[in-house]
Amino acid sequence: MSTSKISITVVSGSLERLQMAAMVASVGAVSGNEVSVFLSMNSLQYFIKGSDSSAPAEGPFGEVMSGKNVPGFKSLFESAVELGDAKIFPCSMAMDILETEAEDLEPYLSEPLGLTKFLSLAADSQIWTF
Amino acid sequence: MAERKLIDARGTYCPGPLMELIAGIKLIEVGDEVEVLSSDKGSGHDIPEWVNKVGHEIVSIEDVDGVWHVVVKKAK
Repeated sequence: MSTSKISITVVSGSLERLQMAAMVASVGAVSGNEVSVFLSMNSLQYFIKGSDSSAPAEGPFGEVMSGKNVPGFKSLFESAVELGDAKIFPCSMAMDILETEAEDLEPYLSEPLGLTKFLSLAADSQIWTF
Repeated sequence: MAERKLIDARGTYCPGPLMELIAGIKLIEVGDEVEVLSSDKGSGHDIPEWVNKVGHEIVSIEDVDGVWHVVVKKAK
């Protein structure tokens, strides 16, 4: 099985971008790739325990999609970790801005990471940004 | 005789049926089979692509009135 490294940076808080990021992460991870996800800016809020995970649609596709039986982006990210050993890293800068601690985040997230470390992890990998 | 587990993923969209298949295949023994039912049009291509990539085996694949019936044998 051919494998590769896939690095995904998620900065958007829109439904469509979160969904696509989660699809790439989950399908990539279960297909044997080494997947690392970096959650920053507007994406991190949805991964605080107890937060509202209904992200707003960016356009008409997202509005239609939200009424369909599509697997939720948080569920897909969790599947990426549980079924495919993906790593999802919260951005330490975003955590500082949101005044959030690691124990406030969903348990399937890995340890907080700074951008410098994530860029090292992402070297020699496919880079996807949402 | 191989055991066959049925996963009814009709009504869910990509990549839901694939994820349900993968979760199901983790729970069965090598040599046993999973049959996935999917109304997601892409499943007819996506599921065999994943199965071939990770080294399991497609036993059969059939479109019955718009529903994919994909039988996968766990090979490892």
